[in-house]
Amino acid sequence: MKNIFSILMFLMSAQVLAVIETYEFETQAQEQLYTEIIHELRCPKCQNQTIAESNAGLSEDLRFIVYQKVMDGESKRSILRYMQERYGDFVLYDPPVKPANYFLWFAPLIVFVIILVIVLAKVGRRKVTPEE
Amino acid sequence: MNKKALMAVGPIIVFLVLIVFFWVALKNDPKKLNSNLIDKQVPAFELPALQNPEQLFTEESLPKELFLMNIWGSWCGPCHIEHPYLMKYSGKYEIPIVGVNYKDETIDGLTFIKEKGNPYHMIIADQQGTLGIDLGVYGAPETFIVDKNGTIRFRYVGVIDDRVWSTKLLPIMEQIKGSEIKPVTVESKGQ
Repeated sequence: MKNIFSILMFLMSAQVLAVIETYEFETQAQEQLYTEIIHELRCPKCQNQTIAESNAGLSEDLRFIVYQKVMDGESKRSILRYMQERYGDFVLYDPPVKPANYFLWFAPLIVFVIILVIVLAKVGRRKVTPEE
Repeated sequence: MNKKALMAVGPIIVFLVLIVFFWVALKNDPKKLNSNLIDKQVPAFELPALQNPEQLFTEESLPKELFLMNIWGSWCGPCHIEHPYLMKYSGKYEIPIVGVNYKDETIDGLTFIKEKGNPYHMIIADQQGTLGIDLGVYGAPETFIVDKNGTIRFRYVGVIDDRVWSTKLLPIMEQIKGSEIKPVTVESKGQ
């Protein structure tokens, strides 16, 4: 009895999982490319989810577009550019290095350098004036 | 500057810099994405009219004057709030509003218009959301200001109300047009 119940539960959960659309690919490379791309695009509707993770209707549409383009043999670069043209750098989890994004790219480095300078100054001073 | 003064002033300066930094960051709403379409043409499309699926609209069907392009759907709560304002402005100003019925069922879109009035010059039915994606739309309502050459000049995300209209949209449209946009009170449009 217990077994039947767990089998039923298993089947039901499989049903739930099947709600996420399944696309058919001709080759494994296509499937891999598709998976890779949907994990690199940010859902424009959500704040911090990839379109692979998001249940938003828009993400669903974008996944379908990615699927179609992968099947059409488009390259990853051209698909990412297509999305970027429409939704801006925001959709890319790996934004381009350009003036508008300098802060994003270099702020951690700048903070690191500042801390380094402070630490060096302190340590250096201690050596010069050990009596302090 | 001696060391003591630096120790005293340093943290204050850091604090002030952080205040400015967070102030700016707070004003910048991360939900409002910039449009990559500013100063570009309205993307090409071929979609049916909401009221008549036989009739196809393309980018050529758009008004040849300054107009607003409003993305809406009956499923969209804020669109219900926005709608009375659109009704008001469509009757008051000679600026065509092109509606894009975004990812909606035809019957729901039609019911919406029938019950609440039609502020639109024409309504494009974008059931699949393809035009929406080409426009970079990620929700509704969104409104684009398009000039007479079909170039997108401004995008507004969110509900248009009197404040948005008078402080944002109207000044921008006047600037594009190069002349004042006065209300006309001839007769109200709508069906």
